[in-house]
Amino acid sequence: MAYSPIVMDHFKNPRNVGEILDADGLGEVGNPVCGDMMSVYIKVENGVIEDVKFKTFGCGAAIAVSSMITELARGKTLEEAMKIKNSDVAKALGGLPPNKLHCSNLGADALHSAIKNYLDRKAGKIAPEAEEKELHLKEKERPGCYCPYCEKKVEEESPFCIFCGQEMPHDHDH
Amino acid sequence: MGLIYLDHQSATPLHPRVKEAMIHYMENVFGNPSSDHQVGHPAAEALDQARTQTAALINAEPKEIVFTSGGTEAVNQALKGVAIGLREKGRHIITSNIEHKSVLNSLRTLRLLDYRVTSLDVDAYGLVDPAAVEQAITPETILISIMLANNEIGTIEPIAEIAQIAKKHKVVMHTDAVAAVGNIPVDVQELGVNLLSLAASQFYGPPGVGALYIRKGTPVWPLLDGGTQENKRRAGMENLIGIVGLGEAAAIARGEIPERQVRLRALKDRLEQGLMARIPEIHINGHPTRNLPHLLSVSVEYIEGESLMLMLDDEGIIVATRSACASGSLRASHVLIGTGMDFATAQGTLVFTLGRDNTAADIDRVLEVMPGIVQTLREMSPLYKKSGN
Repeated sequence: MAYSPIVMDHFKNPRNVGEILDADGLGEVGNPVCGDMMSVYIKVENGVIEDVKFKTFGCGAAIAVSSMITELARGKTLEEAMKIKNSDVAKALGGLPPNKLHCSNLGADALHSAIKNYLDRKAGKIAPEAEEKELHLKEKERPGCYCPYCEKKVEEESPFCIFCGQEMPHDHDH
Repeated sequence: MGLIYLDHQSATPLHPRVKEAMIHYMENVFGNPSSDHQVGHPAAEALDQARTQTAALINAEPKEIVFTSGGTEAVNQALKGVAIGLREKGRHIITSNIEHKSVLNSLRTLRLLDYRVTSLDVDAYGLVDPAAVEQAITPETILISIMLANNEIGTIEPIAEIAQIAKKHKVVMHTDAVAAVGNIPVDVQELGVNLLSLAASQFYGPPGVGALYIRKGTPVWPLLDGGTQENKRRAGMENLIGIVGLGEAAAIARGEIPERQVRLRALKDRLEQGLMARIPEIHINGHPTRNLPHLLSVSVEYIEGESLMLMLDDEGIIVATRSACASGSLRASHVLIGTGMDFATAQGTLVFTLGRDNTAADIDRVLEVMPGIVQTLREMSPLYKKSGN
């Protein structure tokens, strides 16, 4: 398993779980098909993230990432928060197992999405709520696996592409 | 408080008598069974004995048993061995959508070698329809491989019926019985299969040793080329210590299964009913009656299995999220998706597999702590609220 002690701490005692009913921004990323889904709520005052909460459906790493991103974001200006990278979250957690690194994408992406949502709302671009909800929920349309290098159809879980010889990335284990 | 181990599907502890037998041979016998001298002879005798014990567990002839490095090798040997052995007859193979990865990926390799594979759908319980198997047979079909019991949901497939169809069409029939052998009575004569795979690690034997039953006359070309060990079916010096462990575990299982399967089914029922009574919105997977007595697969709505597993682990309760072999992959189980379950629910699946040391107190402890953990994780889940709860 090999989760770091910091990951286990944030998983077992997640910080800032919940929703903010009158949130200024809401970011939702992921979907249950991929195995992870995260919602981030932010409250913004004078360009600073005053409060932040999350809800997450996902593995231990996803929950720890969610908890950590809220800790990193709280008290930051929007500009600073936009600069938080996925790798910063993974680093703050003392590292993540290689097949769980994609969970750290979830955290920063959700935060950035919440900030964009706040800015869009402020600019009057969108009505709060609505838009692109069910977008993700459908299973990927293109059946089968394709080599990312030569684009030929390959067998699932191939260690390497039999056509071009390139090593294949793990599916979903970015 | 000691650990409550409910993941016997992933590995079983060595039975004390298996350990004793292995240590005896470790300390006293090192010869090569192929050596015709007084150091080799005791090794050859031990090999014979283990072969007889293993054959007896599945009602086979000793000479129909080929020892392997485990279930995965047995399955690879069966599928690829028949594919090569019958390549002049045809290149079509039939299987199901819920097989173990050793089957799926052996067939992946065979596809690359221009074999064609038909993979059959299963119903909501995970059952393969024998009529669908018969419909899929073509003059090119050389092999049918359907598992005896599914390792993730416990459903027991109608293998005897399918084997009869295979026989009628003169097609070789293999069953991956790794999850079944040692846990329920398995009889190759009743099943009527040509090939059957089993692994010692499923029934209190050591890991890294298994066997392939090859009915006399089945055209299986060896996977490993070399010497004439295992009646020319599997080259390489035998893993004698492991094989002794398998033989002993088989002998013990044969004696223990009648009592154990009744006792474990009662414990499983206690767990199933207790969970259903205490946790709303859960699903029990697999067939309601045709199932393994020691395996319970439960899908919990709105939460993800790994986080649930980790929290139970923290309480000293050891379970699996699904087949351990698949847990490196983050996708939902192909078995559950194969039964028609949606992705989100499939992600929230736990597999409990009970074993000979488990007690009613173990089950009651799970029932005591699991509802609270589920609630904690549900409170954290964005899916929970969205469903209006």
